[in-house]
Amino acid sequence: MKKTTRKWAVAGIAALAAGALAAAWVVQPALAPITPPAPGGFDAASLARGARIVAVGDCMVCHTATGGRPYAGGLPLRTPFGTIYTTNITPDAATGIGNWSLAAFTRALRHGVARDGHLLYPAFPYIHYTRLTDADIADAYAYLMTRTPVQAAAPDNELIFPLGFRPLLAGWNLLYLRSGPEPDDPARGAEWNRGRYLVDGAGHCASCHSALDPIGGERSPAFGGGNIDGWDAPALTALLRAPKPWTAEQLALYLRHGWSPEHGAAAGPMAPVAHSLSLVPPEDTKAMAAYLMSLQAAAAPAAPPPPAPAPPATGADAARIRQGGTLFAGACAGCHGDAAPMMAAGGRPPLNLSTAVAGARPDNLIQIVLNGVPWTQSRSATFMPAFAASLDDAQIASIAAYVRADIGKRAPWPELERRVTEIRKENQP
Amino acid sequence: MSTLTVNGVTHTLDIDPSTPLLYALRNQLELNGAKFGCGLGQCGACTVLLDDQPVFGCLTPVAACEGRRVRTIESLGSGAHPGPLQAAFIRHQAAQCGYCIAGMVMRAQALLEQNPQPSAAQIRAHMEPNLCRCGTHMRILAAIGEVAATRRVAPLARKAAGSKP
Repeated sequence: MKKTTRKWAVAGIAALAAGALAAAWVVQPALAPITPPAPGGFDAASLARGARIVAVGDCMVCHTATGGRPYAGGLPLRTPFGTIYTTNITPDAATGIGNWSLAAFTRALRHGVARDGHLLYPAFPYIHYTRLTDADIADAYAYLMTRTPVQAAAPDNELIFPLGFRPLLAGWNLLYLRSGPEPDDPARGAEWNRGRYLVDGAGHCASCHSALDPIGGERSPAFGGGNIDGWDAPALTALLRAPKPWTAEQLALYLRHGWSPEHGAAAGPMAPVAHSLSLVPPEDTKAMAAYLMSLQAAAAPAAPPPPAPAPPATGADAARIRQGGTLFAGACAGCHGDAAPMMAAGGRPPLNLSTAVAGARPDNLIQIVLNGVPWTQSRSATFMPAFAASLDDAQIASIAAYVRADIGKRAPWPELERRVTEIRKENQP
Repeated sequence: MSTLTVNGVTHTLDIDPSTPLLYALRNQLELNGAKFGCGLGQCGACTVLLDDQPVFGCLTPVAACEGRRVRTIESLGSGAHPGPLQAAFIRHQAAQCGYCIAGMVMRAQALLEQNPQPSAAQIRAHMEPNLCRCGTHMRILAAIGEVAATRRVAPLARKAAGSKP
């Protein structure tokens, strides 16, 4: 009894302390607006370094609407909590960050607080950007403040009740935000530390490659794989279990080129990431790859386990796979068949090596068949036409079943047709 | 045996069901408007409509067309009586070599049926998959724009509940 009382007392004190801390979070002062700095006032070397950080940070990808001006925001981010529109981070004084001082910019990146003191939604990955050094933040600031100012106000967010009430984010920050840079690990080399800094900081890889808990926090341990915009972001801790185990060299090449001859091409939300990373010096992607490869489960076998031998399909499943083979021959084999000229053009992995075919879930294969890989996402000559209009849900499901069974030699994905229908529906604007 | 419903007529064809629709249209049905360009879904010369959506005929197996409606440029009009888009393409001299034109017209037809008055930007975005190597894009866009401005393509009958006939 006494013990229980003490437990309650401790819990009460903890709750009060948390409340007080959260209250401290809620009340953030506005920082004084400044006159937008003259673009000529920044040092050229700082701008060049800033371009590199902004590229690794992928700022443009979210802060640019489809067909919109660079960094002017307005891109809808569809989350389980509603739609958030990204903000304008051009140096426009009225609608962008033109009147933000370096101190205000730093506070936003480190603590998720806007210049006027309101709390920012964690769709903005400040829990990662907080790891950036002061020098990198200053360089990123210089770069963004010298972009072309665009007058564009972001549309109002459409969030489920009561999330429009931003002070609630104070509690979220208590749970998930650990502010400030992380010191280098002296036991590791410079490349590993640089890689961790880029992956965990600006690169914010875990934002997509980790599962989210019910209130949108990244589950730990990180990099266990997540889902973003209807695409699977594969686990980054199982890279040795791919049909061909990843190497650091392959991973660095993939990050930089959006394509790997052993694994396939970046598509969906990863395509623009790879495009941004093509703009930074190769030592950065090399360091990221070195760090990511160090995250692989230590006990991973030297060779991947042989894929589970799928029992031969029978009845309706066999008929579906046969139908899938017929459709594949007419729709896909022109490029993906063994004898296709495309395969001889060099560097194209056979589909049995593809991450989308070997994955635990069919989502990425379905997305690629529905949408293709548009030119607009590809700077590396990777292209595939969309099949959403020419193939119906059952047809796409049967192609996926065929590719998985006959080419991938993997156990079947369950409920394929239902998943195609769901993904097609979710893709509607 | 495969069945194909093309321009309102149902055909039964003794061909491999994985045969691309384009080959069946040209070789079996002798509808030679749609052209073979790249065979890779990259140029759009083979564009036809499948259930009112533009698709690449070269990458659409006949087996995918069972129970669905195929429309080709032959359904829009003839040399003597061209349809509105065809007439506009002629008026604007949009064809140079002409190889891409059947695909261009069919893709534009799909747009105007669904959105009778698209903006210039919408027309450009919609036509993006179709290539013209001669470079008559400006004339093609002008022809489509003219038809859009005069609303001469009949919109698809809306089946949505609540819409009036």
